[in-house]
Amino acid sequence: MAKESSCNNEKDLLHQARRNFLKQSSLLTALALAPPALIKAADENLDEKASELFEKQSLNIEVNGIKHTLSVEPRVTLLDLLREQLKLTGTKKGCDYGQCGACTVHVNGKRVLSCMSLAVMQQGKKVNTIEGLAKGEDLHPMQAAFIKHDGFQCGYCTPGQIMSAVACIKEGHADNEEEIRQYMSGNICRCGAYPNIVDAIMEVKQKGGEI
Amino acid sequence: MINFDYVRVSTQKAAIDALNKDVTSQFIAGGTNLVDLMKRGVMSPQKLIDINNLPLKSIEQGNGFVSIGALTLNSELSENDLIIKKFPLLSQALNAGASPQLRNMATVGGNMMQRTRCPYFYDTVMPCNKRQPGSGCSALKGYNRMHAIFGASDKCIAVHPSDMCIALVALDASVVIANNKGQRILPFADFHKLPGNNPEKDNNLQRGEMIIGIQIPDKITFAKNSLYVKIRDRASYAFALVSVAAALDMKGKTIQHARLAMGGVAHKPWRLTTAEDFLKGKIASVENFNRAASIAMKDAKSYGHNNFKLKLAPNTLVDTLKRVSGIS
Repeated sequence: MAKESSCNNEKDLLHQARRNFLKQSSLLTALALAPPALIKAADENLDEKASELFEKQSLNIEVNGIKHTLSVEPRVTLLDLLREQLKLTGTKKGCDYGQCGACTVHVNGKRVLSCMSLAVMQQGKKVNTIEGLAKGEDLHPMQAAFIKHDGFQCGYCTPGQIMSAVACIKEGHADNEEEIRQYMSGNICRCGAYPNIVDAIMEVKQKGGEI
Repeated sequence: MINFDYVRVSTQKAAIDALNKDVTSQFIAGGTNLVDLMKRGVMSPQKLIDINNLPLKSIEQGNGFVSIGALTLNSELSENDLIIKKFPLLSQALNAGASPQLRNMATVGGNMMQRTRCPYFYDTVMPCNKRQPGSGCSALKGYNRMHAIFGASDKCIAVHPSDMCIALVALDASVVIANNKGQRILPFADFHKLPGNNPEKDNNLQRGEMIIGIQIPDKITFAKNSLYVKIRDRASYAFALVSVAAALDMKGKTIQHARLAMGGVAHKPWRLTTAEDFLKGKIASVENFNRAASIAMKDAKSYGHNNFKLKLAPNTLVDTLKRVSGIS
């Protein structure tokens, strides 16, 4: 039961009654088992052990070209899945409330906020993160341009800025400085590297080439 | 985030059945507001019904309407050629909202269902009648700079945060709603409600109902003379202090029809019907626009920190009307 996959269609819904019964009985078992397990987990600073008592759902997801079959709780965000389960820590957790853009990744080619995306909702999707941009030792043109133009200071927002910048050009919203600033406004940089970020994007856009 | 159950459905019937089956369940589409509220403990549904696989993503023209599926992404709608051509006001309003990343996630139906951004609604230790009915309104005598000047009550002075909805109410749109008995159509202006004595309810959608789409009449598109103007604390990615959606149907200098709405000023998209009636048949002039603004502001009331909106709102309205009629 714990690893049963999500309800993919209404057919599955017909089995809900049975599932609910099973779940309720599992829950009773879980409740009986929970206190010692929780105490033990707390003692060992292993909070994640406690969460294993909840039902997980299966998830097929492709990240940077690699297919994964995973098991996740519904409440796990795509950001936490990337960082904690797949150990892809390039994508940053800034505000975690959809306000800063540090967690920007591409899902099926579109830039989105991974902190506001539930992992379980990404079933069958293709995710690209900052780790997937470079080709081996060769930096992506946008990564190289950020270094050349000094498009960061502390660097924390940079992965999100670069993922957003690549999307900004692909979407056709990088024709001039004003448009770039408008379409990069979802990525906040506390160090204020904005002028240099705009320069980097302008250069990559003007060079043309594949991004 | 408190854990919850999750199901994915692919038909309208399955979605509505799942919703009816479990009173603690809720639909999720883009999730850009719901996930945020769940993380903060403001909302805690025990089950999420993922409706993203439903076939509600089309934008079609016919029978005197442009029909938009409820799951159309905000970015897809704002960049759709038909919308840009017929309703540039809607495209402008969408692009004025949120950020490109959020517009790639947020849907039309979800945009309508988003909750207020009143800081007291978000702060779970503070009283808030919208979050916890009967606990009181902290904004009434608190920090209320972003709050309503029209249609508020002593129970709630929060504002509706959407830009898209301001354009849709000005364009006389309708909402297509489905339930397990069939469908009903509600004028967009009647979808959201004023706070009154039950601010916990944002709109007139009933339990067991689902937004399946929007219809915008296209007999008069107002495409030539329409404009969305949003005043905010920074140039982009901020909620409106005041916004104005203006659409004029003009013959020479005469206004044949006017459609006006304001955002950031009320618990619902605020349609300015008395000002519209005044402008009908009038010549586009600064004097007439000033008079229309006075009429629009008639019942406005401020609460301290938002006193500035009593000037900002009419000034924005007059400025927008000047620009949209080409007399500035």
